[in-house]
Amino acid sequence: MEIFGTWLAAFFTLGIISFLYRDNAWYKLCESIFVGISAGYWFVTLFWDNIHGLFWERITERHDYWLLIGASLGLMMLLRLIPPIGWISRWPLSFVVGATAGLYIINYFASNVMVQVENTLMPLFSAKFGDPLFSASPYSIVGNIVVAAGTFTGLVYFFFSKEHKGAFGGMAKIGIWTIMITFGASFGYTVMSRMSLLIGRMDFIFGDWLGLIR
Amino acid sequence: MNNLGLIISFLVIGAGLLWFLLRALQGKEVERRIIFVFIGLAVSVPILFSITFAEKASPIVKAVYDKIENLPDGSRVLISYDYGPSMAPEVEPMSNAFLRHSLAKGHKVYLMGLWATGQSIAATAIDSVVRREFPEKVYGVDFVNLGYKAGNQGVLNVIITDIRKMYLTDVGGIDLDSLPIMDGIKSLRNMNLLMSVGGGFPGIKEWIQFAGDPGHIPVAGGSAAVSAPLLYPYYPTQLLGLLGGIKGAAEYEAELKRHYPQFADTPQPGIKMMGPQTLAHLVIMAFIIIGNISFFVARRRRG
Repeated sequence: MEIFGTWLAAFFTLGIISFLYRDNAWYKLCESIFVGISAGYWFVTLFWDNIHGLFWERITERHDYWLLIGASLGLMMLLRLIPPIGWISRWPLSFVVGATAGLYIINYFASNVMVQVENTLMPLFSAKFGDPLFSASPYSIVGNIVVAAGTFTGLVYFFFSKEHKGAFGGMAKIGIWTIMITFGASFGYTVMSRMSLLIGRMDFIFGDWLGLIR
Repeated sequence: MNNLGLIISFLVIGAGLLWFLLRALQGKEVERRIIFVFIGLAVSVPILFSITFAEKASPIVKAVYDKIENLPDGSRVLISYDYGPSMAPEVEPMSNAFLRHSLAKGHKVYLMGLWATGQSIAATAIDSVVRREFPEKVYGVDFVNLGYKAGNQGVLNVIITDIRKMYLTDVGGIDLDSLPIMDGIKSLRNMNLLMSVGGGFPGIKEWIQFAGDPGHIPVAGGSAAVSAPLLYPYYPTQLLGLLGGIKGAAEYEAELKRHYPQFADTPQPGIKMMGPQTLAHLVIMAFIIIGNISFFVARRRRG
């Protein structure tokens, strides 16, 4: 059975890779099977985890009847399938949007604004506030300057109320360079990610399937 | 074998790149399928010759290692499997290394997932790492698989105050209160370290925002390289350390191997993948240079 699974995986791996040559029936077959299996997998998973696990079990075993309110909202969401009363689905949607916004606004603001700003406002030459000047390591000093200058000039670049000329234009230019370097680093990481996936499949083909490597 | 393989790899790659360069200087285009084949070769040859390079942990990786290492024995470490099979080749080496290290240190390990696919991946990790390498560890005493719960960051928002509002049982339906490992565990605040491995949504960012920051609990993680740059701003205050991509995994495996000789013979996919990864990166860098040469040659020809 394991051998059958390995051959099946090899069949699908090569089928998907065959798209690099050109679109073909083998690729389409693999793609369709993948889409179908994914849809089935997610349907079953979500049914058992959400409807059964989080709703039915809690109602029947823990008698948590508050969940009926959520279930009603869920049913109202499905009413969009009946056009004459489809407008009712906007109510649960509004609830979801409002609840999500409320949930996010506090945590996001605290983590991504307050703490991030706090971490950017740091002494350039000291290890921490109150420490003597130049107590930080040269590595940290360079890092601090890059963070401070990069953040400031990056913000200057996005300030369009003043023409980017003279010293201001110079800072904006440093800002765009900083942004470009960030994009470059991001691209490098993306290459690493994609290559890892390719290496993973190649490792499977040469190792598990063909047995050419240990 | 390693040196011979390296020489052969460089010969194959060098010859290919030279051909690309000559085409570029002549102002000729290269069929994209030839590039695909070449990338395939650049990856396959190092895999076939098992080329590896020495790795040394960078500070951001070392920080995670040191945290697990310096926690008192028996500390509570939670590992969240927030990824699916499509991301597994890149991040599974990280989650396995975290699991291996935590158990070797004698910590209690709690496995869970914010991704539905994470549940079965955690189960696979128990079979392939825990049962094989730590047969003495007892389920429910030394480790537990809590499984997946739907709700993304909403799950974290609940279990930061009360785990049992989401998890009544473990993944196999065993009542959590009957498991000794759950004694004294009310919420995530009772954990000594939270670790998320993944690279999408929900993932490390959500663990920081909805668990680490509000609960003042140390968070570490392993991320697919594509998401890593977005997580660096959280380091070191909100994220104590990060394994970025397969490079991070390889560095962690090297650190683990250095300090735990018993892991010398365990699979180290991170280190193994860094050989082809390094050569593939060299090829991409060469492509960028050759592409620019080609661009300037074409522009000069156009006048």
